[in-house]
Amino acid sequence: MTMMVHLRVMTIAGLAVPGLALAEGEARFGLQTPQTSVARQIYDLHSLLLGISIVLAVVVFGFMLYSIVRHRRSIGHEAKQFRGNTPVEIVWTIIPCLIVAGMAYPATRTVIEMKDTSAPDMTIKVTGYQWKWRYDYLGEQVSFYSDLSTSRAQIENQMAKGKNYLLEVDNPLVVPTGRKVRILVTANDVIHSWWVPAFGVKQDGIPGFVRDSWFRVDTPGIYRGQCAELCGKEHGFMPVVVEALPEEKYQTWLAEQKVKSQAATAAASSAAGKSFTLDELKAEGEKVYGHSCAACHQPNGQGLPGAFPALARGPVTTGPIAGHVDIVMNGSKKNPAMAAYKSQLSDLDLAAVITYERNAFGNSMGDMVQPRDILAARK
Amino acid sequence: MTRLGFEYGLQYEPSQENILTTPLALVGDVARLDQPTGIRRWVTSTNHKDIGTLYLCFSFAMFIVGGLMALTIRAELFQPGLQVVRPELFNQLTTMHGLIMLLGAITPALVGFANWQIPMMIGAPDMAFPRLNNFSFWLLPPAAILLVASFFAPGGATAAGWTLYPPLSVQMGPGMDMAIFAVHLLGVSSIMGAINIVVTILNMRAPGMTLMKMPIFVWTWLVTAYLLIAVMPVLAGAVTMLLTDRHFDTHFFNAAGGGDPVLFQHIFWFFGHPEVYILIIPAFGIISQVIPTFARKPLFGYRSMVFATCAIGIVSGTVWGHHMFTVGMPVAGQLFFMYATLLVAIPTGVKVFNWTATMWEGSLTFETPMLFAVGFLFVFVVGGLTGVILAIAPVDIQMQDTYYVVAHFHYTLVAGSLFAIFAGTYYWLPKWTGHMYDEKLGRWHFWLSMIFLNLTFFPMFFLGLAGMPRRIPDYPLQFADFNMLASIAAFGFGFAQLLFLYTLIKCVRGGPKASAQVWDGAEGLEWTLPSPPPHHSFETPPVVA
Repeated sequence: MTMMVHLRVMTIAGLAVPGLALAEGEARFGLQTPQTSVARQIYDLHSLLLGISIVLAVVVFGFMLYSIVRHRRSIGHEAKQFRGNTPVEIVWTIIPCLIVAGMAYPATRTVIEMKDTSAPDMTIKVTGYQWKWRYDYLGEQVSFYSDLSTSRAQIENQMAKGKNYLLEVDNPLVVPTGRKVRILVTANDVIHSWWVPAFGVKQDGIPGFVRDSWFRVDTPGIYRGQCAELCGKEHGFMPVVVEALPEEKYQTWLAEQKVKSQAATAAASSAAGKSFTLDELKAEGEKVYGHSCAACHQPNGQGLPGAFPALARGPVTTGPIAGHVDIVMNGSKKNPAMAAYKSQLSDLDLAAVITYERNAFGNSMGDMVQPRDILAARK
Repeated sequence: MTRLGFEYGLQYEPSQENILTTPLALVGDVARLDQPTGIRRWVTSTNHKDIGTLYLCFSFAMFIVGGLMALTIRAELFQPGLQVVRPELFNQLTTMHGLIMLLGAITPALVGFANWQIPMMIGAPDMAFPRLNNFSFWLLPPAAILLVASFFAPGGATAAGWTLYPPLSVQMGPGMDMAIFAVHLLGVSSIMGAINIVVTILNMRAPGMTLMKMPIFVWTWLVTAYLLIAVMPVLAGAVTMLLTDRHFDTHFFNAAGGGDPVLFQHIFWFFGHPEVYILIIPAFGIISQVIPTFARKPLFGYRSMVFATCAIGIVSGTVWGHHMFTVGMPVAGQLFFMYATLLVAIPTGVKVFNWTATMWEGSLTFETPMLFAVGFLFVFVVGGLTGVILAIAPVDIQMQDTYYVVAHFHYTLVAGSLFAIFAGTYYWLPKWTGHMYDEKLGRWHFWLSMIFLNLTFFPMFFLGLAGMPRRIPDYPLQFADFNMLASIAAFGFGFAQLLFLYTLIKCVRGGPKASAQVWDGAEGLEWTLPSPPPHHSFETPPVVA
């Protein structure tokens, strides 16, 4: 009786379900539908390996089960005393060598293709930040941050979760179809990993180093992935979303982005000379705080004791203004988790968020920072 | 004088095989006098069996602590969204679950087996360095206290993952420093334990027991001990560099200061990959003792088992790069580490075939140790085959840091090492306690563990394939159903271990008297001793033909 249970459990756990994985071939039991030639090769390699593994498992489990059923003392089977069999042992050492060689051959070809980043049609620099991505279209003057757009309310179970829960961003990476896109991956603070399963691309972003990878998407569509290397508290909340557009639509999008970025530069230079009121800075600062600071220092400015200091009545936010500007722009020397924001935020954003922090969460310093002060501090 | 003779038995020329008998025969009575009782028996013990018991009890306590962390993690992952713990605590729990289970539960359990069994299996009175043995155990509780107490440090325990990769680990609070000191203590303990084991095995075997006549469990521990001596100092170096990077601006791993974050990964995995074999090779040894006993025939291919064990040990030092396929190493590096990793499959395959051939044409019975050993074979093969799949660099790049890897290493560590530890516990428990355990409860423990293990970890293969990263407190909706199944089953698995605890306590407190032989098919010197064995296992070395 126990025997039968054992048999059944083993069959279900060991054999039947991977069989399903092969048959269905979709993201429920197997790899996601591949969208690039590399991803297709990975998919096929995995199917081949899984097939070989299942055959091996069936053979080995078959011998074991036969022995378990037929060579039992309870049915009167007597043990045959033998200690080895050299020919058999040689055969079962050589066969795995051949199988392993058979696996290595196609895999070698794929490795070489994956690493061939030569002759790209375009290059995008991908930078991992705690906890968002930044994309720079090299030579195009287009760059932007890509941040999770799922609301906190959904994560905290105060709202129904949307279809793309945790897999949606404000600004997806946009690429043209049919073009070889080379990505240069790096990171600003800790190691991140840029991963889109449908592309077969997973490349760690390592601070201080640039690594590259590539993909060529055939079909227009939106492809989703996540950061794959533990990068701190919000590691589970920094998805990668790539939108592949046909060439023409991509060019339209690119032109729009250039216009937008020029407008932003113009706005920034006009802001530089302008003086804002405290309320204007606070209103703008609250927005910046929400996407750049709240994850650690918390929306109420209370921080997390021991890890992230409270801003409410904090020594920096209620101390001399120069120190406050310095830590936000250049990061903390004492606590590496506090990043330098001078390259991430504009003069206006920095001025606004610092002003906001000094006049929110019960802080009422009443003083403010203007964009021109930031400009001066940058020099 | 005679007392000294016992304490420093090893000063005698090991080549004079019988020399150990002389001081021992003389001091036998004297040594028996010095058997402290109560708390002193445990704190000051230099007896290999008492220290073995301490190791096993300690590891069970850590198993419960690490298990509670795992169940908290599974409770959080029961549904999408944040419910039970905040992300920062979640990361602390995954980190500590890993460190505690690997260094606090599995390793000490296997060292506990080494302590209890090696002297009895080679016909020695005790370990070679009894005081060192005491010290290597008593370093563990402070290390465990540091690890657990780090949760109460400002900022909590380290949340950088058990792999402690910088720069993330440099961002951590003082909990990280506590973990580093704990790793130092555990490393010192492991190195001393390993030296003790090597010296014991090489010098204290009974006359006639040549290396190729040693029980296979002793062989596996000999290889494991060498691996420990080779790699634990490397880990100590890596975490020390981390410590100086954190506090003294050394910049080993800081690119801005001329360092390289990936350097840490190379050093860590040069330790880390042999470490996984440290956790599985003694388990292979236990399985190789249990299966012949219940098949009532000798182990098939003893020589090839020995060679396979040595081969796995040696190759394990050349495959660390397969943990780093996604850091962007060059083609040549990827290919080298892929081929080297595939090589491991060959000796591992030989072992599985040898175990199958040992069962073949046997006269099998299925008492609890054998159930766990056969269960080990089935589930370890799943872990092994998925390991081969992961060895293929392009496939690994897709699976790296996903639940596929989580499923794979839990199949080798829980279904592999832990099941072997269960098999060994039931197998030798009657010898250790003098009582038979409750066979019915043992079988329940096996079947519950087996079913819940597969229900917990098999769905994780699908999660990984479909694209769920590991170490995340919350996940997209398409992963919800398998996560729910895994969480429910994980609680089942956890509760099954309470049954194990009950069975153990029941057996220690009483039960049918166990004979010296215990199992009719068992062979080896430990079965020639009464159950429970005398204080100084063999006072006169047995002669092995």
